[in-house]
Amino acid sequence: MSEIFGIPVAVILGQLTLGLVNGAFYAMLSLGLAVIFGLMGVVNFAHGAFYTLGAFAALLGMQWFGINYWAALVLAPLVVGALGIVTERLLLRHLYRLDPVYGLLLTFGMALVIEGTLREIFGASGQSYPVPSALRGALNIGFMILPVYRAWVILASVTVCGVTWFLIERTRLGSTLRAATENSQLLQAFGVNVPLIVSLTYGGGIALAALAGVLAAPVVLVTPLMGSTLVTVVFAVVVIGGMGSILGSVISGLALGVIEGFTKVVYPEASNVIVFLIMAIVLIVRPAGLFGRE
Amino acid sequence: MRIRILATGLAIGLSMLTGAGPACATGDTIVIGDIDDLSGNYADVMGAGGVEAVRMAIADFGGTVLGKKIEVLVADHQNKPDVGASKFREWADQNGLNMLLGGSNTGVNIAMAKVAAQKKVPLFVIGAGGSSLTNEDCTAYSIHYVYDTTSLANGTATAIVQAGGKSWFYLTADYAFGTQLQAAASKVVEENGGKNIGAVRVPLAASDFSSFLLQAQGSGAQVLGLANAGGDFSNSLKAANEFGITKTMKPAALLAFITNIHSLGLETAQGLYLTTGWYWDLNDDTRAFAKRLFEKIKAEPTMDQSGAYSATLTYLKAVKAVGSTDPDKVMAELKKTKINDMFAKGGYIRADGVMVHTMYVMQVKTPKESKYPWDYYKIVRTMSGEQAFGPITGACPLAPK
Repeated sequence: MSEIFGIPVAVILGQLTLGLVNGAFYAMLSLGLAVIFGLMGVVNFAHGAFYTLGAFAALLGMQWFGINYWAALVLAPLVVGALGIVTERLLLRHLYRLDPVYGLLLTFGMALVIEGTLREIFGASGQSYPVPSALRGALNIGFMILPVYRAWVILASVTVCGVTWFLIERTRLGSTLRAATENSQLLQAFGVNVPLIVSLTYGGGIALAALAGVLAAPVVLVTPLMGSTLVTVVFAVVVIGGMGSILGSVISGLALGVIEGFTKVVYPEASNVIVFLIMAIVLIVRPAGLFGRE
Repeated sequence: MRIRILATGLAIGLSMLTGAGPACATGDTIVIGDIDDLSGNYADVMGAGGVEAVRMAIADFGGTVLGKKIEVLVADHQNKPDVGASKFREWADQNGLNMLLGGSNTGVNIAMAKVAAQKKVPLFVIGAGGSSLTNEDCTAYSIHYVYDTTSLANGTATAIVQAGGKSWFYLTADYAFGTQLQAAASKVVEENGGKNIGAVRVPLAASDFSSFLLQAQGSGAQVLGLANAGGDFSNSLKAANEFGITKTMKPAALLAFITNIHSLGLETAQGLYLTTGWYWDLNDDTRAFAKRLFEKIKAEPTMDQSGAYSATLTYLKAVKAVGSTDPDKVMAELKKTKINDMFAKGGYIRADGVMVHTMYVMQVKTPKESKYPWDYYKIVRTMSGEQAFGPITGACPLAPK
């Protein structure tokens, strides 16, 4: 009982828990990407940059205006989400009728501009954001000592993903959203303001990324590049889950976090490629992703 | 039509990326190049501040040497060895490059050293640590100027083992620099009667270090050897604090720069041992230089930035002394002249290319001990150049044992 493949069970459980924490970030980010892609057909390469902006909004809010963590958790997604809406209205809007590659190029360019600007102003080495006092300390959960903050990340992320899923799949607003994906022209004929829905969706997806950024700020150093290291993995997660599938992105986000965590014990050198390996296999076997429709 | 617009845009973008623009290769200017990480993980260690330091050195020298104007070319190697090497080759072929400063990243510098040998252009390695650059990868045109993995290990590992930290577990960045640093530290630990329990190799720029840290904790070692750098170092130390690992294990920064300590804050970094080739607050000369650069970059200079300044001056002095930019004559002059400036006192360049100079083992101050901004280090031990860099190993054919 106490060992599997020569590795103590307690160690494995500990690593899987940590994998779940990382998976929580993957899930929140890939959820936003999936929502944006599902409704707008835009591959949002700027997602990582907006995640970084969320973390910076929390950091600067604290340094400049004394805004605490809990307020930042609400304010940063609102501010960054609003910025997302502005970019959608001003820039992205003009590209819907064109090939999706234009949207991809635009958002990729936006990511470079955002990261470059942050680096120019704040430098590359980053700054520390303190863990809020209510979430300091650690829990002894038997097989490991888990910092309270990491437990909070899992809880917050699962809640946010659950609420988003419920909003889209089980409410009237959600059914309008889904109708807009299926046939936006018909929906517009029924008198629904589709462009508004599209703007709000993009803003919502961006707000999710910013929220993940605020959650990550106390865990990692807040640097201009914190998003770009994460976003490539998140794209792989979305591809594995199935582009546009909400449930798929959440489940595969959490699952891949756990698999990655396991790899870190068994063969650490491969931990940064395992997700892409799985992606390659999934693409061969099920090109539309595990939860996607052909 | 659209495609044409897009193509034009791309072409403009690409031409901007390559930077610098064409410079004449007619030989009426002296061209100094700087190839460094300007946008990634290590961009604050030397980066734009390093470029400022080089420009400052040229201005201090008078802007000309042998009656020719001194020009600077700058490129971002993006931490890719092929990018660094091909930029170096291009400048050597087309821009009349006379000397290159190699920025961060050992992998890139190993690739660039091969070009230095081929094109006979002196390469001053500033930001990279791997001591293979003066051993198996040495060339007649490479100089390792600021620090190397041997001197880092001799400093930090010796200090910690002698203070009672006998058993070590390493968190190692999975590339040339990390593995060389781990090997150097392991050797020092053993020589001093300590024990190496194990290591975990972590992919570069991992987003989370907690899994690896738990493995380190599970090993039961007394010392957590951090054989990584830049953002990886900062994030692993931050997570070690969060998981309470620093309570049971003593963290050892095998390479940390003052910018890392600044971004972590003294609350997290206090008590840490590290080795550095230079510190802004050592004496009046260092403070005077730091003050001038601070006005430009709004941060105290790192050892790499002051090293870039010193290396530029050292090269220009050698060119002036021999009255030519002939690489062989300049290298010969460099290897026989002592270096005395605000960076090094009595430093000298050995046959294998190591610039032997004083190194300092530092301990990071507690928030209480720190009296003014950037007052971060206290000197634990001052190592002579010979103690720090050790004897010639014989692995470099230019320098038999």
